[in-house]
Amino acid sequence: MHPIWIIAKRELGSFFDSLIAYIMLVLFLGFSGFFTWLLGSDVFFVGQASLESFFNVSYWTLFFFIPALTMRLLAEEKKTGTIELLLTKAVTDRQLVVGKFLSTFLLILIALLFTFSYVITISSIGDIDTGEVVCGYVGLLFMSAMYISIGLYASSITSNQIVAFLCALLIELFFHIIFGTLAQQLSGWAGALLHGLSLTNHFESIIRGVLDTRDVIYFISITLVGLLLSELSLTKRHTV
Amino acid sequence: MNIQIENLSKRYGLQTAVDKISFEVRTGEILGFLGPNGAGKSTSMKMITGYIGIGEGDILIGGRSVREHGDDLKRHIGYLPENNPLYLDMPIMDYLTFCASLQGVAKDKIQSRVRLMVNICGLQAEKHKKIGELSKGYRQRVGLAQAMIHDPAILILDEPTTGLDPNQIVEIRKLIREIGKEKTVILSTHILPEVEATCDRILIINKGKIVANGTAETLRKQATGNELVKVQIEDGVHQQILSALELLPSIEKALPVDTETNRFEIHSKLGMSSKRDLFQLCVEKGWVLGELTPVETRLEDIFRNLTLN
Repeated sequence: MHPIWIIAKRELGSFFDSLIAYIMLVLFLGFSGFFTWLLGSDVFFVGQASLESFFNVSYWTLFFFIPALTMRLLAEEKKTGTIELLLTKAVTDRQLVVGKFLSTFLLILIALLFTFSYVITISSIGDIDTGEVVCGYVGLLFMSAMYISIGLYASSITSNQIVAFLCALLIELFFHIIFGTLAQQLSGWAGALLHGLSLTNHFESIIRGVLDTRDVIYFISITLVGLLLSELSLTKRHTV
Repeated sequence: MNIQIENLSKRYGLQTAVDKISFEVRTGEILGFLGPNGAGKSTSMKMITGYIGIGEGDILIGGRSVREHGDDLKRHIGYLPENNPLYLDMPIMDYLTFCASLQGVAKDKIQSRVRLMVNICGLQAEKHKKIGELSKGYRQRVGLAQAMIHDPAILILDEPTTGLDPNQIVEIRKLIREIGKEKTVILSTHILPEVEATCDRILIINKGKIVANGTAETLRKQATGNELVKVQIEDGVHQQILSALELLPSIEKALPVDTETNRFEIHSKLGMSSKRDLFQLCVEKGWVLGELTPVETRLEDIFRNLTLN
């Protein structure tokens, strides 16, 4: 078995053993279900067989949930010293980072799989735009991957989980709101750059049902940068 | 698999943690790594296991450099870090299975290796418990079990008997001695009798430098220099005995300890032993040798002398 998968499996098991996974699933499904079916711009209020309200709610719930999931990934290992145990086994820093990333990504995937019941229900009450639904889920997965890598980096720079959580939330806040807001205030290359960095623009583009290469490159590149920075943060111990 | 340390150095900012140390550990040898806190023991061990990078110099394991083949060499090393970090939320069996998988033990052999380690380390009665529910001694056994799970050629143990009760200490020392017959073992500890009981060779490190390297016997000889014995001679007159002792060719000086009971402290000449001469003298003079006790320097004293300057 590959070390990445061994680490991911243990971490995923640890999410379930510590009840974090159950709490996260209940809260995520509770929030998304409540706002999709019962309150605000829910399906019945809009009067369309669309999952748009679900994607909008998930966009915010994942923004808060992912740092809560990632905060312990490396910070706890550092605090308890188990990181020394892991990295002196036949595991590279990169494999550890990717394994941890994969575990959280799989948990998000499981959470999103449960929401397929919404798709089945909505498709039974009206015509549903399959392309839009698929793109919506792809958008959520891309966003999750990006935020997990950011959270992982935040967790790699400290041994304090609260610091890791707040740090991840702060970085996410820039991509989620601040870059977009600043882009509207600025013009020229600075405005274009911030517009390009804003997650909102890329996410909205995808959930409209358009899977643009630029959006895909945006999510994948920021995810890779996050993972690379996490790895660099770990390898720093060799030179300090 | 031999370990060769060549001019190994490590600096943390301006502080030198390890300063150009060189030594070798051979297969079938147990090396006791001694030193006061902050001497550079753990830093050296972390470099050998590849956890932290090598500053200067090199570490060769089985002739291969840790700098170049570090990730590959990790498979051959079993490591019990200082403070024995463990996943407290995992049951023992799951944890050992996890460690075995990570170390690349073949899937069909994992369960047999886990069972073997549970038996060897005396974890049978506790094997289904979570690690967090175990006492410190049992946690230490789990730490040892994970270090040996993949049958490594090299074992690096940082204070392996910390927290164990006297019975467990004897068992673990016996286990380490058994393992040490076939493998290369580096053991760090603060417990000096443990080094004597377990290790073939002792290496004392202070302020990042090696200050002593040899067997306990060699270190004692180096520390005392000349042989020292305590004698008590009966049936003789104190002054006569003292004069006769001073004339013996192997004796440098004889110091009276108790004139009434004729007790003396005999300092032999460098590289010579006076025990035979003392016996012969008593036979010739018709005296009774009531006591002849060689005085050994305690390892604690050697350690203190070397590390307190």
